[in-house]
Amino acid sequence: MLSYGIFFLILVGIYGVLVLGLNLQWGYAGMFNIGVGAFFAVGAYASAIVTTPLTSDHLGGFGLPFWVGFLTALAAAGSIAFLIGLITLKLRSDYLAIATIGIAEIISQILKNEGWLTNGVRGITRIPRPFRGWIPGQDTLLYLGLVLLILLVVYWGSERAYRSPWGRVLRAIREDEPATLAAGKSVLKFRLQAFVLGSMVMGLAGALYAHFVNFISPEAFQPEFATFIVWVMLIAGGSGNNRGSLLGALVIWGVWSGSELLTNRLPAQWTTRAGPLRILLIGILLQVILLTRSQGLLPERPPKPILSASMGQRQDLSHNQDPAG
Amino acid sequence: MTSLLQLLIYGLVLGSIYALGAIGVSLTFGILRFANFAHGDLMTLGAYFGLSFVSLGWPIGVSLIPAALATVLCAVVIDQLIYRRLRREAPVILLISSFGTALILRSLVQIIWGPNNQVYRSSLQLPWRFWGLRLKPDWAVILLGTALLVVALHFFLQRTRVGKAMRAMADNFDLAKVTGIDTESIILWTWAIGAILACAAGMFLGMDTRLHPTMGWRLLLPIFAATILGGIGRPYGAIAGGLVIGVAEELSTLVISPAYKTAVAFAILVLMLIIRPTGLFGGRA
Repeated sequence: MLSYGIFFLILVGIYGVLVLGLNLQWGYAGMFNIGVGAFFAVGAYASAIVTTPLTSDHLGGFGLPFWVGFLTALAAAGSIAFLIGLITLKLRSDYLAIATIGIAEIISQILKNEGWLTNGVRGITRIPRPFRGWIPGQDTLLYLGLVLLILLVVYWGSERAYRSPWGRVLRAIREDEPATLAAGKSVLKFRLQAFVLGSMVMGLAGALYAHFVNFISPEAFQPEFATFIVWVMLIAGGSGNNRGSLLGALVIWGVWSGSELLTNRLPAQWTTRAGPLRILLIGILLQVILLTRSQGLLPERPPKPILSASMGQRQDLSHNQDPAG
Repeated sequence: MTSLLQLLIYGLVLGSIYALGAIGVSLTFGILRFANFAHGDLMTLGAYFGLSFVSLGWPIGVSLIPAALATVLCAVVIDQLIYRRLRREAPVILLISSFGTALILRSLVQIIWGPNNQVYRSSLQLPWRFWGLRLKPDWAVILLGTALLVVALHFFLQRTRVGKAMRAMADNFDLAKVTGIDTESIILWTWAIGAILACAAGMFLGMDTRLHPTMGWRLLLPIFAATILGGIGRPYGAIAGGLVIGVAEELSTLVISPAYKTAVAFAILVLMLIIRPTGLFGGRA
């Protein structure tokens, strides 16, 4: 029971990192990325390739420490996002969505077909779990600690970013792009930064996932589990709100795991249909949220403009000069 | 030379399927102003409705009619249940919702018809042979069927009041609204036209290959690429776009692995976005 709880929390933590990454893109800057799963996969594979022990099955076998893997994941996801962003971010929002779906499709084909790189559909095995054997038998507990630490750092960074002049410009772009442009901000630059940063966070989540499950294959990055559910988490929790993002990850992962308990009780001839039934449930949940409470459980609450709030908070005045522009 | 011609012919077959899908996406994009991510799965649903009638022993051509009606009914019900209530929201909210609808449709197909590959007809079709070319009779049916549907669409758009209103709305939504066009009823017509063509495209794809719950989802990228290539809100552009993407994908197999056909559609899409974002036929940017 305890180990189930740890397992559950690690996955909630990994999804929490993913949702925070998506929130940077959609919640802050209004950029629609349907390729979450692609950046997640790129991070997972990048970290796996540099950290696995010697093998002839696929590229890699460098046996490097996990943190090198994490940095590789950040770099790989970030550079792909940079290229996509350069092409699509000056166009209207739907095009980014369509372009990210293309990238997701191409990356999933690469994962399946480039055996020398990814070992194809057989996947990559023996991905090392950090801290193995430090405290005998407590690997997963230590790993939970690492996941929570990274989640906390990403959360803290996102919160800081939200309140910073940088975050304010992103929100301004989201709400009124022409006005922001008129105010002399380089809209494209800010968008690109948020898109790359968000994708890097998704890549990091991918690395966390790979080192947790120790085995990855293209199957694990299907859009249903790696993109769709992340979107539902963000919408349900409240886009633009980091605490909402984390709450969404917890609640939706709870519903998703709970639905498994439910479908396990179905008669035997239904068990093959349990998977789609659960996805159907999440899909309907998304529609209900969009129709009834589109701001999510915790709606966004932007900080008050500094001018009206500055009476009692002198030190805040220094933030008023906007170094970001 | 023969192999080039062979690829060209198959490219046109595939392009016809893309074109039928792209017309629906282009019309809904132009009139409802959102990228409908559920369109591919509407094609899947249409193909499976067709399967149900084919397995009753009906010929495929006859099955198309009730299957198309069932698909229209589903599209209209989805619109009335979900999209209608979201029309005041930003288009991107509709886009998210359509992403959810796509998943709902796909899981329903899996629940009702099962997750495995299925076929309309298990018997082998002998190809016709001309000058070293191999042509499947099904391809002729697909090309002819597409041509018929496109001609019917042309007359609908040019000759009927509804068709003209539809073109006006795709051209300039606000102007169409102030001239007194009943936008809600035109929206329903748009879904109906899109769904009929989606069902036909799904059934054609099922005839050419086989049926699978993700068959339509996989077509989404080439269909969007065709829509943008032709110009959003331009049904004739969508036809041209579909054929270009289909032929380009097939010809690309001469130089790259067929697994990366998707990348060709993506590359054309990206090039188009950089060079001419309004599309060949000057739709909306």
